[in-house]
Amino acid sequence: MPFRNSLTIRQKHILWAWSFLALPVLFYVVIRFYPTGNAIVLSFQNWNLLSDRTWAGAENYIKLWNDEVFWKVFKNTFVYLLLGTPFSLVISFFIAFHLDRVRFMHGFIRMMYFLPFMTSAVAMAWVWRWFYQPVPVGIFNNILATFGIPQINFLNSTTNALPSVLAPAVWAGLGFQVIIFMAGLRAIPTSYYEAARIDGVSGFTILTQITIPLLKPTIIFITVFSSIGFLRIFDHVFNMTTNNPGGPLNATKPLVLMIYDTAFNGFDMGYAAAQTVVLFTVLLCVSLLQLYLLRDR
Amino acid sequence: MTNKFKAFVLGSAISAATLAASTAQAVEIEYWQYFFDARVSAMEQLIENFEAANPDITVKMTHFPYADYRTKVAAAIPAGEGPDVVQLFYGWLNDYVDAELIQPLPSDVFAPDRIDAEFFPMVQAMKDGGHYWALPTAVRSLALFYNERLFEDAGIDGPPATLDELVEIAGKLTQHDGAGNITQVGITTGMNAQDHHWFREVLVRQFGGEPYADNYQTVNYNNDAGMAAAAFYTGLEQEHGVTAAGFMDEPQAAFKAGMAGMHIDGSFRIGSLNKIRGLRWGVAELPAASDGTQSNYSSYWVNAITSKAEGERYEASVKFMEYVTSDEAMQIWLDVVGELPAKPSVGMTEANANHEVYGPFIRGLAYANTTIFANESAQRQVLMDMVQRVGIEDQPLSEALAIAAEAEQDILDEYYAD
Repeated sequence: MPFRNSLTIRQKHILWAWSFLALPVLFYVVIRFYPTGNAIVLSFQNWNLLSDRTWAGAENYIKLWNDEVFWKVFKNTFVYLLLGTPFSLVISFFIAFHLDRVRFMHGFIRMMYFLPFMTSAVAMAWVWRWFYQPVPVGIFNNILATFGIPQINFLNSTTNALPSVLAPAVWAGLGFQVIIFMAGLRAIPTSYYEAARIDGVSGFTILTQITIPLLKPTIIFITVFSSIGFLRIFDHVFNMTTNNPGGPLNATKPLVLMIYDTAFNGFDMGYAAAQTVVLFTVLLCVSLLQLYLLRDR
Repeated sequence: MTNKFKAFVLGSAISAATLAASTAQAVEIEYWQYFFDARVSAMEQLIENFEAANPDITVKMTHFPYADYRTKVAAAIPAGEGPDVVQLFYGWLNDYVDAELIQPLPSDVFAPDRIDAEFFPMVQAMKDGGHYWALPTAVRSLALFYNERLFEDAGIDGPPATLDELVEIAGKLTQHDGAGNITQVGITTGMNAQDHHWFREVLVRQFGGEPYADNYQTVNYNNDAGMAAAAFYTGLEQEHGVTAAGFMDEPQAAFKAGMAGMHIDGSFRIGSLNKIRGLRWGVAELPAASDGTQSNYSSYWVNAITSKAEGERYEASVKFMEYVTSDEAMQIWLDVVGELPAKPSVGMTEANANHEVYGPFIRGLAYANTTIFANESAQRQVLMDMVQRVGIEDQPLSEALAIAAEAEQDILDEYYAD
């Protein structure tokens, strides 16, 4: 073993490290990086899955720029993000903050909040879809009708549909965020609160000066995590609007659904790849921006 | 003793040789279709009969869930991994012909003149450049389903024969609650279901138009006829109030639940309606226009020979295609799956054409049209959007119709540009 003996201990360590790392690296290259690179190449080509790929230059991106539906969908995606993330953040913090002080049936209540997170998104979307139906099916409209109040078009409306689809998505993610917030709250040393109480500081000041600043890492994590989730929203929208995916009149269509539709109904793989590249870029920018804004100064 | 032994050796040698020869001759071809219980068992019967008649050919059937089928086929055939004979939706055929993934059916066995004469006319959409490229075993058409119990309760004798009667009867069947909400619709509507076919190929023609020109490459409904057809369709809800868009989520769900008097749907719905206990329903031909014009829409799955089949396997595939398009195969398919025969010689028999359930569908085939789609789901979306512009956004119908025609033309132009 002249080769092995010729290595220094440090070199041997490096060799060992890389031999262990080889598997995940190989996995990432084959499962992540290769398809990503392939998708970027594909976005400059035309392909219907059957014929050979042909080069298209920037054609797919020009088409995207001029596509009205794309801009509508792009806007929807950001509405999901800008409504969904703050709402879920505030609600989950509110719940976690108060749940943290509840002693009575604490575990049970926490479980109730966590349950929707474990439920299949598809099953949940369908149940909510039926909740939203007009009479005689939907429970919400049946309640309204019992009191003689006119029905609300939850899903069959260009203005109400998006918030109606978003609500169960926010609700489903709440359990996870509550748990993370509670873990964050528990991690704050009680000595700070004791000191504050000795100084006779108001509850509001404790909240704004101690709790929230010390929760910052938790807030960053949840913001980034839920933003990516809302930018990639698909299953709730698709399952609640299967009759008219992303409808009515594209009012609820997010980018991922448009990609799916272009690829697997239109079989326009190059165009779908161009949309994917845009989504990838948006996700990257939003994540970097959030990390920058919420960084430690 | 030695002679006997010699005879034994010789005998064994000969039988071994014959066995070897016959295995060498046995050809195996692969057949793909999507998974649907009745279709798979019908095909198993066909394969069994075919193999009995052609002992030197074996057919191996593979099936996939419907949701993956199109992608699987599209991925496998170009890679040369796929079947020799494949079942495709008629609307996909153009792409497969363009990509040279399927072969034309040989003219000596499938003479175009003979096929023209023997099959229902809409099958001619499968002919291009003097060849047939694919042929169906079974076809589908539309008809009017009606709920017999609701008809009796409302004192209505029978299904409507004309569009005017349809509106009148639907009015009698519609019910409201105290707040004025519809609790039972006279007729279901929903462009997402089969209504987009009803609008294109039936209503537009019945109001004196042609939905498309230039072999389905030019949209031709943004005119008086299209306007009249669209006004009739949207008028069912807007003017007559006999239906509600999205009532009970899906049109077929409303009909199954017994909350809809009438429902236009395809022959493929028969099976699932048969499973609903307590639902008494009947079928009638689609209502005619006031001048008696009748029309229908037909779609079908076709079988085609892929470019992978060569030599012996090609010969075997041709034989198999011959069998699955025979009268016998079509009758089996009707009996097992409930899909309609593609030839009048099977469909228009006394028993089939007057069958109380299949009859109206089969009679509809005689005057059915088949839309040649560039992208069916996108073209359907255009019509869904049109109705929603009127229903939700209160746009004038003429404007919504113009937008729809333009959007659909864009889809067609882009598809035929290459």
